[in-house]
Amino acid sequence: MSFLFRLAARSAWNRRLTLALMMLAIALSSAMLLGIERVRHEVRASFSQSVSGTDLVVGARTSPIQLMLYAIFRIGGATNNMGWDSAQKLAKNPAVAWTIPLSLGDSHRGFPVLATNGDYFRHFHYGDGQALQLAQGQAFNDIFDTVLGAEVAQRLHYKLGDHIVLSHGMGGMHLTDHADKPFVITGILARTGTPVDRTVHIGLDAMEAIHLDWQGGARIPGLSIKAELVKKFDLTPKTVTAVLVGLHNRAAVFGLQRDIADDTSEPLMAVLPGVALDELWQVVGIGENALLVVSGMVVIVGLAGLVSAILASLGERRRELAVLRSVGARPFDIFLLLALEGLAVMLAGVLLGVILLTLALCALAPMLSAQFGVTLHPSFPAVGELQLLLWTIIAGFVASLLPGLRAYRLSLADGLTPRL
Amino acid sequence: MSHAAIALRDINFTWPGQRTPTLVLDRFEVQAHEQVFVSGPSGSGKSTLLALIGGINNAQAGSVEILGQSMQALAGSGRDRFRVDHIGFIFQQFNLIPYLSILDNVLLPCRFSAYRRERALAQGADLLAAAQSLLRSLDLAPTLWTRAVTQLSIGQQQRVAAARALIGRPEIVVADEPTSALDSDRQQGFLDLIQHECEQTGASLVFVSHDQRLAQRFDRRIALDEINRCAHVEENA
Repeated sequence: MSFLFRLAARSAWNRRLTLALMMLAIALSSAMLLGIERVRHEVRASFSQSVSGTDLVVGARTSPIQLMLYAIFRIGGATNNMGWDSAQKLAKNPAVAWTIPLSLGDSHRGFPVLATNGDYFRHFHYGDGQALQLAQGQAFNDIFDTVLGAEVAQRLHYKLGDHIVLSHGMGGMHLTDHADKPFVITGILARTGTPVDRTVHIGLDAMEAIHLDWQGGARIPGLSIKAELVKKFDLTPKTVTAVLVGLHNRAAVFGLQRDIADDTSEPLMAVLPGVALDELWQVVGIGENALLVVSGMVVIVGLAGLVSAILASLGERRRELAVLRSVGARPFDIFLLLALEGLAVMLAGVLLGVILLTLALCALAPMLSAQFGVTLHPSFPAVGELQLLLWTIIAGFVASLLPGLRAYRLSLADGLTPRL
Repeated sequence: MSHAAIALRDINFTWPGQRTPTLVLDRFEVQAHEQVFVSGPSGSGKSTLLALIGGINNAQAGSVEILGQSMQALAGSGRDRFRVDHIGFIFQQFNLIPYLSILDNVLLPCRFSAYRRERALAQGADLLAAAQSLLRSLDLAPTLWTRAVTQLSIGQQQRVAAARALIGRPEIVVADEPTSALDSDRQQGFLDLIQHECEQTGASLVFVSHDQRLAQRFDRRIALDEINRCAHVEENA
C-alpha cells in the first residue's frame, strides 16, 4: 500500500506540469467559491447589523420593507411623512426610553442627507450594539454644522472646517442647490460598515432652515431668507420621515406596536427592525443565491477540467498501467492509483485556493473596504466554509473515481498488451 | 512427480464481445527448465495465449495449469498474485516505467510479491544487491544505473526489462517479441543473455517471436498458427 502511494507520487511528479495546471484550476475555482461565500456572508452580516438596539421603527403607513429601506438604508424616498406632534407624543410615552427623529429628502453629491438631533449620536447603535464614534471633531452645535459618515469624507476628500452645499432632493444630476446656506463640517464619524458611512448628518432645525424659502419642492420666487436670519424663525420641524424608538423593556414592544397602529390621530405604523430586515433580505437574497449558484458552476467546470485531463492522460498511461499489471498490480491497485492522484490534486488545489484567497484578501481588503464598503478580513475558514470546501473535495474525489473506473476497465480489457 | 511448468489442454477461448473463438488448441505444454520458441504471425492468437498463461483471462473451455496450479480455480486477485510470484514478463518495447529509476524498475515485482522478494533476497545480500548483480550479468555497467530510464537505448531498456523479469527467480519467463525493436546484432546478444540467465535460474522460457532466424537456438519450436485450430491470420500482416 505504501508502495502504491510512492508510485502515485512518482508518477504524478513525472506529469507535474499538467497536474500543476489542474491544481491551479481547482485552486482558482475553490478560491472563487470561498471568496463569494465570504462576500455573501459579510454582506449579510453588515446588512443585518446596520441597526441594533432599536426596538421599533415608526413612520407613516407604507410597507415595512419600504420603511426600512428609507429609514435605515436611505434608499428611495418616503411617500408620506409623520407629524412632529406624533413624534413628540411617542417620545413622551412612558414605555419609551429614547427616540431618534429622522428626516430625509436632501442629498449631497449623491450621498443622502439625514436630519436628526443629538439623540442620534447618543442612542443609535449598530453591529453588536456598538455606538457611533466620532473619528474627528464633534457633533453639531450650531445650526449649519454637519457631521459626515466616514465614506462621504473619504470619497469626497473632506476635512473638518470644509464648507459644503446640500442639494434639494435625492439622486439625479439636475438638483437645485441650497447654495445660499452652506454647511461647515464639524465632525467625521468613524467607519461602521453600515449606511451611516454614506450619510451626511445635519440638525432637524437646519433642515427646516434651508427650506424656509421653499414650498412644494421649489424655491418660492422672489423670497430669499439669508442664512444669518434663519434663527429669527421657528425652526421646529412640522414633520419627520421616521422615528427610531428604544424601549425601557423590550417586552412592551408588541403592545406599543399595536397602540401605534390603532392610534386614530394619525395613520402610523411601527416595524420591528429584525423582522423587517429578514423580510428585506429574502428579497435581496435571490441575488445572493444566484452568486452561490455561479460559484458552484465554477467549481463544476474546474472539476470537469480535472476529470477530462486525467481521462486524456489515460491514453498515454495505458502502457504504464499494463506494465504495472504484468508485475503484479491488481486492477484495483490501478484504480487506487488514479483515484489517489485525483484526491491529492483536489486536496492540494483546495488548500492552494484557501492560501490564494487569504493572500488576495490581505492585498485587497483595504481597497474593498474603501471602494465598496465591504470589510473582509483574511481569516481561517469558518465552519460553514469548511463544510463547503469539504463538499468540494468530496465532489472532486467522486469525479476522480471516473477516470479510475475507466482505467480499471481498460486494464482488465488490455491485460498485458494494450490495444492502442 | 514433477508437473509441467505450463500445461494447456482443450482450450477454447473467445474474447468478450466476439463471436468466433480466438484460440482453440488441444495441447500446449512447456516443461520445467525448458526453453520453447513460439512462432506465429499476428492474428495467430499469441496475445491470447500469453493472457491465458498470465492468468489475465480465463478460457471458457479447457484447463490452464501453471506449475500444477489450475488458473480457473483462482479468483482474479489470486491469479494476479500467482502471476507476479511465478512469471516474469518481457514485452516488445516500452517495458519500463519512465518515472522510476532503473533499480526501482528492476525491483517492481519484489514490491508486489513477497515471494519474489524473499527469493531475490536469497540471490544477494539485499534487494539492491540482487538487482545490481542481475544488471551486471546482463551487461549493464554500474555507470548506467543512475541514469533516467528514458536516457537508455532500446537495447539497454530491454536488458533492464529482462532483469526485472528474472529478479526473484520466477519459475517461468515469458518474452513477447522482446527483440523486435533491436537490430540484428543486438538480437543475438540479447537472446544469449536471456537464455543464459534462464539456465542459471532454472526458469522455463517461453520466447514468442515471428523471427525464424532466432528459432534455431531453441530445442523446441511451436508454430502457433499450426496448433491453433482457428487462427485468423491477417493477410496484410
